[in-house]
Amino acid sequence: MTLAAPEPLNFECETGNYHTFCPISCVAWLYQKIEDSFFLVIGTKTCGYFLQNAMGVMIFAEPRYAMAELEEGDISAQLNDYEELKRLCLQIKRDRNPSVIVWIGTCTTEIIKMDLEGLAPKLEAELGIPIVTARANGLDYAFTQGEDTVLASMVHKCPDKAPVVEADKEERNAISKLLNFGRKKEEVVAEQSEYVDHPPLVLFGSLPDPVVTNLTLELKKQGIKVSGWLPAKRYTELPVIEEGYYVAGVNPFLSRTATTLMRRRKCKLIGAPFPIGPDGTRAWIEKICSVFGIEPKGLDEREAQIWENLEDYIKLIRGKSVFFMGDNLLEISLARFLIRCGMTCHEIGIPYMDKRYQAAELALLEKTCQEMGVPTPRIVEKPDNYNQIQRIKELKTDLVITGMAHANPLEARGINTKWSVEFTFAQIHGFTNARDILELATRPLRRNNNLKELGWEKLVKEEAKV
Amino acid sequence: MKLAYWMYAGPAHIGTLRVSSSFKNVHAIMHAPIGDDYFNVMRSMLERDRNFTPVTISSVDRNVLARGSQEKVVNNITRKDTEETPDLIVLTPTCTSSILQEDLENFVQRAQLDAKGDVMLADVNHYRVNELQAADRTLEQIVQFYIAKARKQGHLPEGKTEKPSVNIIGISSLGFHNHHDCTELKRLMADLGIEVNEVIPEGASVHNLKNLPRAWFNLVPYREIGLMAARYLEQEFGMPYVDITPMGVVETARCIRKIQQVINAQGAEVDYEEYINNQTLYVSQAAWFSRSIDCQNLTGKKAVVFGDNTHAAAMTKILAREMGIHVVLAGTYCKYDEEWFREQVSEYCDEVLISDDNGAIGDAIARIEPSAIFGTQMERHVGKRLSIPCGVIAAPIHVQDFPIGYKPFLGYEGTNQMADLVYNSFTLGMEDHLLEIFGGHDTKEVITRGISADSDLGWNKEAQAELNKVPGFVRGKVKRNTEKFARERGFSEITLEVMYAAKEAVGA
Repeated sequence: MTLAAPEPLNFECETGNYHTFCPISCVAWLYQKIEDSFFLVIGTKTCGYFLQNAMGVMIFAEPRYAMAELEEGDISAQLNDYEELKRLCLQIKRDRNPSVIVWIGTCTTEIIKMDLEGLAPKLEAELGIPIVTARANGLDYAFTQGEDTVLASMVHKCPDKAPVVEADKEERNAISKLLNFGRKKEEVVAEQSEYVDHPPLVLFGSLPDPVVTNLTLELKKQGIKVSGWLPAKRYTELPVIEEGYYVAGVNPFLSRTATTLMRRRKCKLIGAPFPIGPDGTRAWIEKICSVFGIEPKGLDEREAQIWENLEDYIKLIRGKSVFFMGDNLLEISLARFLIRCGMTCHEIGIPYMDKRYQAAELALLEKTCQEMGVPTPRIVEKPDNYNQIQRIKELKTDLVITGMAHANPLEARGINTKWSVEFTFAQIHGFTNARDILELATRPLRRNNNLKELGWEKLVKEEAKV
Repeated sequence: MKLAYWMYAGPAHIGTLRVSSSFKNVHAIMHAPIGDDYFNVMRSMLERDRNFTPVTISSVDRNVLARGSQEKVVNNITRKDTEETPDLIVLTPTCTSSILQEDLENFVQRAQLDAKGDVMLADVNHYRVNELQAADRTLEQIVQFYIAKARKQGHLPEGKTEKPSVNIIGISSLGFHNHHDCTELKRLMADLGIEVNEVIPEGASVHNLKNLPRAWFNLVPYREIGLMAARYLEQEFGMPYVDITPMGVVETARCIRKIQQVINAQGAEVDYEEYINNQTLYVSQAAWFSRSIDCQNLTGKKAVVFGDNTHAAAMTKILAREMGIHVVLAGTYCKYDEEWFREQVSEYCDEVLISDDNGAIGDAIARIEPSAIFGTQMERHVGKRLSIPCGVIAAPIHVQDFPIGYKPFLGYEGTNQMADLVYNSFTLGMEDHLLEIFGGHDTKEVITRGISADSDLGWNKEAQAELNKVPGFVRGKVKRNTEKFARERGFSEITLEVMYAAKEAVGA
């Protein structure tokens, strides 16, 4: 590879005939994340069938989600939307008593123009439970973008004033203060000294609690305090967001949330690569530090150490090629990390590409390709799965990251695949979880190495297609 | 609006897709928003299909909403026609396209002008029929279409096959144990000296549909899919059909006798009594099982049965009539075909439940406290919660209900499988019960005392809390690896930092 002028990234757009999950799938992880919530998906049997099958065993664990299944009377407006929703929400309130009900609008509510945003405040007042509406439908969005629509709506529900300041509180709690006096004071002093003085920072993106703790600690090492996290474990703990606060995203599919935070809550967005892979995590921390004028400490050694620990996995994929068919918007970050691991990447398919929100991530991708001396991948927005499969066959790609609809058929044709949805549900953020990404990415290669000797690669008879 | 947590039968388009994709070289194009092609995932995961599922979406997005599909659907059809050269493309409406009320029939006609293959619009209403009804209807529609086409072209073959022959109608993709049932039925037909003329829709080519009238009769093994096609063929060609599900020893015999009657009426002169007798007494183990001591112990045990019409009705009869088990409640979610079910099971159970509300069945099971349940995956989970064993006999099903090994539910081998299923469900329950009475054989503590030497390491509060968040099945491993890491590096207390460092070091 000659190191001529770096090739710029090449963006294309295909037909949009691709397979992905419906964005209502976000209820599957969000209801678990926000413990006092209830998600009501207002849609048809089709939506229900998808959720039921996609969520598998979770369905049986008395989920805090349900369908408001629309019937013919709802479609033809013989029934009154408001009365119907009121009846169901009262039932939910009675049976589950959640702190918030999230209405998920679907394709059907869009087409029949059900005014969920208009109905919600009225019903909210009548019911006494906050109602958040999110239009997570397949007409407009793909898979993980569902979370984006929910979080963008939740931004409006975040309190805009910090609660009563410490001093007032202390006076009111005189007795408990007395009881705890010695210990408490010590703790407060110790804690404050650990942080640098910087404007409040709120992170957004739903991650499993262990990952939240992990990333929070990672920033704490740099003296950065995370004032809040959207979403929090409970709806009642949504972070305070005041004008001028800094915000940073942890996932690449949160562009609406970012926009809402900037425009509606006057926050400053820290545009950084996403903390996926040790390179991404480091760049993410560095960017946050630089915004706050902090000199990052020990990141070099930290990153180097992680890479060293990954070597056994990296050996398996170095020099191999990867192809992202595209379905969950994590593709750019994952490709950037895998290229840094020594892979080449022909194509990054992605449902939707927000070049502004992902700007820093795209720049890091370009830089990574340059530094690793590999060609930049073509980025294909709204891909066409049929065309992609022709390209995969032509390129003889070593690893295809794809949805389950294509995984088994590709494996049967001797092509290694990794099911992309697993990256959405696995813990992949921060230094600590870099290994988990590679555990996933190398699994098909490791498995197929074990079976190599058997000569069972192609398990379909060659199609005699012209 | 209806508050729903779970559904037994899927939406209509699933039925259409199950039938169309069961045929060879038939492609379905869904008029649907992105994400509605979940059917492909189910085919690929549940059935472990090696081939790409012949279903694509012509996506309904904002533009379609604003301006209509215009050329899009037609283009997608003609494109697929050139790419894969299917014999037939079925344009499949979904709940979304139903409300858009676009003139899909018109798209089909326009696409037909350019397409080499046939193009058809699946005639199903999303808000009125479910998966099973839609599948039944689509199969009829495709059969009708090709019979009409052959007739028009004068290609409809005359007369019957020389030897007695049968069409097996209703075997489909994602059907509960359908593939194994199909093999078993073919074997049964071979035993009876009956040629299998066509099996539809699974594995069939639409070109062969014109041969359907050549068979002496049609066999419709499942109540849910195939009856409409069989009735159409009866009406059109006077072909008789047998719709007795050969599931269980008595019903299999009844089905065979009916076949005998049907083909003798056409001059076959066969007598299957000897065969039935031989199979029942000596070949199948089920009749002998009913007589054995094992089955004696099941006498009067309480069971609840729930599922689709075919399997719930057959199972109820097997339990009550062939094994002497007390079926307290039999139920179905096929509300649209309620009468048939009541008529089938009424004399074999105390109560009948017709409902598609999983809460109602769950409550009934809790109230009855049977020794075993035979139901769908949902009932299996109800059983888990209540500690009652459950045998899965009907869809909705998971990947474990698509076994690789040979497990038919129909025919004589099917009766053996049923006996195993029933007996295993009850003994497991009995064993559990006995273990409880005798305090179990749990000697774990004594054995492991030496091994799991008490930890010398302290876990601080946060780390302990974090550890508790680790899923139970790997928690032990994470704990051991973390402690090993801490010991090697001389940490005396395990904090969050130590935990993460350990994870980074060993990938715990």
